[in-house]
Amino acid sequence: MKIKPLQIIAHIILILGVLLMVVPIWISFASSSHDSVTILTEGMKFHLGDQLARNYNEVLNEKGGWSEEVTAAKMFINSFIMALGIATLKVVISAMSAYALVYYRFKLAVPIFWLIFITLLVPLEVRIFPSYKIVSDLGLTNSYTGLILPLVASATATFFFRQFYKTIPDELLESAKLDGANAWSFFIDFLVPLSKTMIAAMFIFMFVYGYSQYLWPLIMTTAEEYWTVVMGMKIIYTESYEGVALPRTAERFAYIILSMIPPVLVVVFLQKWFIKGLIQTEK
Amino acid sequence: MSFLDLKNVTKIYPNGTKAVHETSLSVDEGEFMVFVGPSGCGKSTLLRMVAGLEDITEGDINLDGKLINEVDPSERDVAMVFQNYALYPHMNVYNNLAYGLKNRGIDKETIEQKVNDAAKLLQISDYLQRKPSMLSGGQRQRVAMGRAIVRNPKIFLFDEPLSNLDAKLRIQMRLEIKKLQQKVGVTSIFVTHDQVEAMTLADRLAVINNGIIEQLGTPIEIYDNPKSLFVAGFIGSPQMNFLDGNIKNKTLSAEGFEIKDIDSDFEGEVKLGIRPEHLSQSENSLINLKVDLVEQLGSDNLVYGQLKDKKDFCYRCPGNLTIEKGADLSLNIENNKYYIFDKSTGKRVN
Ligand SMILES: Nc1ncnc2c1ncn2[C@@H]1O[C@H](COP(=O)(O)OP(=O)(O)OP(=O)(O)O)[C@@H](O)[C@H]1O
Ligand SMILES: [Mg+2]
Repeated sequence: MKIKPLQIIAHIILILGVLLMVVPIWISFASSSHDSVTILTEGMKFHLGDQLARNYNEVLNEKGGWSEEVTAAKMFINSFIMALGIATLKVVISAMSAYALVYYRFKLAVPIFWLIFITLLVPLEVRIFPSYKIVSDLGLTNSYTGLILPLVASATATFFFRQFYKTIPDELLESAKLDGANAWSFFIDFLVPLSKTMIAAMFIFMFVYGYSQYLWPLIMTTAEEYWTVVMGMKIIYTESYEGVALPRTAERFAYIILSMIPPVLVVVFLQKWFIKGLIQTEK
Repeated sequence: MSFLDLKNVTKIYPNGTKAVHETSLSVDEGEFMVFVGPSGCGKSTLLRMVAGLEDITEGDINLDGKLINEVDPSERDVAMVFQNYALYPHMNVYNNLAYGLKNRGIDKETIEQKVNDAAKLLQISDYLQRKPSMLSGGQRQRVAMGRAIVRNPKIFLFDEPLSNLDAKLRIQMRLEIKKLQQKVGVTSIFVTHDQVEAMTLADRLAVINNGIIEQLGTPIEIYDNPKSLFVAGFIGSPQMNFLDGNIKNKTLSAEGFEIKDIDSDFEGEVKLGIRPEHLSQSENSLINLKVDLVEQLGSDNLVYGQLKDKKDFCYRCPGNLTIEKGADLSLNIENNKYYIFDKSTGKRVN
């Protein structure tokens, strides 16, 4: 096979792209295997050092925070719960609301859709104080419910599900009806299996979205047992050194590497469907 | 009351389109009824009202002695075969057939029994584990039929189920549908715009135009005795020839010839209809045809040409006659088989 110049250029661009993504991760990983002083004095490292086991052990088991009680492991679990809750509820709620919008032809369907759509313009960061007020009035600060609930409504996912449902031919609904399906069984027996690639894709997006939340958990939680990964990154692993707070850089890198694992796992498990969902509409 | 009874059924779509006008119709148990008509005449709408997929604006529909106007489609016990089959893409053939039974809470063994029986009847037993996307058009068609049959519904509804198949397969499936219907004996309504399909399948035929049933009867009745210009033109292939004429004192004068002593008291402008197959060549002719084109079908020849007044005309003759392009034929109407229609109303007058 002859290789065309265009292909070579395309591959060079792709390889550059891959390097751009991978190199920082590698530097983080390599740096996480040295001790902090080396990193602080010599900068980040490209080669592996000899402190790998120590640093990771430290990160996973050391109790940090003001109360000296919260561990990184605990924060991973918190973030995982939060992201899982957000992703699951977001997918379920938006699939269902899209179903209502598409299949129940009530008069207000279009205005309601636009109303939902407009919320895209009002992300959490903009409405953070009112949201906080509501959640705290409900007594939900320092709880998983409080972490998850304000983030579960999703215009984006509703929009994508709506667009997908609209491509499903009417005859499918009609013949299902004649086969005795009711509204609920049409959703469960048809829309859910037909949109499973879509669901996987949405789930991944929403999981990562939930996992990387910073501002909301920061105001929401005062108790350390509800701290999340992104918060932890900022707060823990500082060291007092002659009265000056010094970051424990190597541990931080170890922490970063570890914090990437849950989303990576989700992507690995769902990627087969995820890619299908992006490139094909299975009908 | 007959098995399926439509009384003054009207459909007006929300956008104001009046698709079906005060239509009344009865279908007997076990009968094969065909709705035929041009595109947009309201055939599908009428069928979908029977299925419950469209609301009935006015009128009543009774099925098996029960008023079903307000009955949900899932409760009507009707089965429908759609033009694009509407198979369930994510289920294999077995589940496509079984889904309707599952929804009725029938137990597993019975379902398996019924699905296998239906599959055997339709010769799709080998594909039960396949997804619809792995089937050919004809096989999908069978699965769609199987899905209807397996539930043993009160009535089968077909909305142009053959129009996605190629010509040969269409003829084959047409035959199979007819055989199957006779075997299973289920009351059926079949919608098509293909008049050959309509003629061959129907016990009775409803010719629909602009939301009105123009004529209802057996295929032969309608062919022999069309009641309107529209029906005459729609049923029969090649199409009936129409000539302009005028009746005065029981004499019809058309361009170039006259017919005396016609069986009608009508006076005025008319259309004279003559089927291509009701003509023969003879000495004392009525009609002179200049031949433009001959289509040899083997058994028949279709001779296309023009009359004196440049009007297009078709004559169908036995295949063993050789007719040259450019020839002048003198034709006569066999057995006085001609049809006269009032030009203004389109109603038959003889
Ligand atoms: N949902 C709808 N809203 C408004 N008008 C409609 C709707 N569906 C059909 N119509 C109109 O009603 C009339 C009858 O439509 P219908 O689908 O019954 O025709 P048809 O005889 O089945 O034609 P075809 O052979 O093309 O399928 C048409 O004029 C069509 O434009
Ligand atoms: Mg139609």
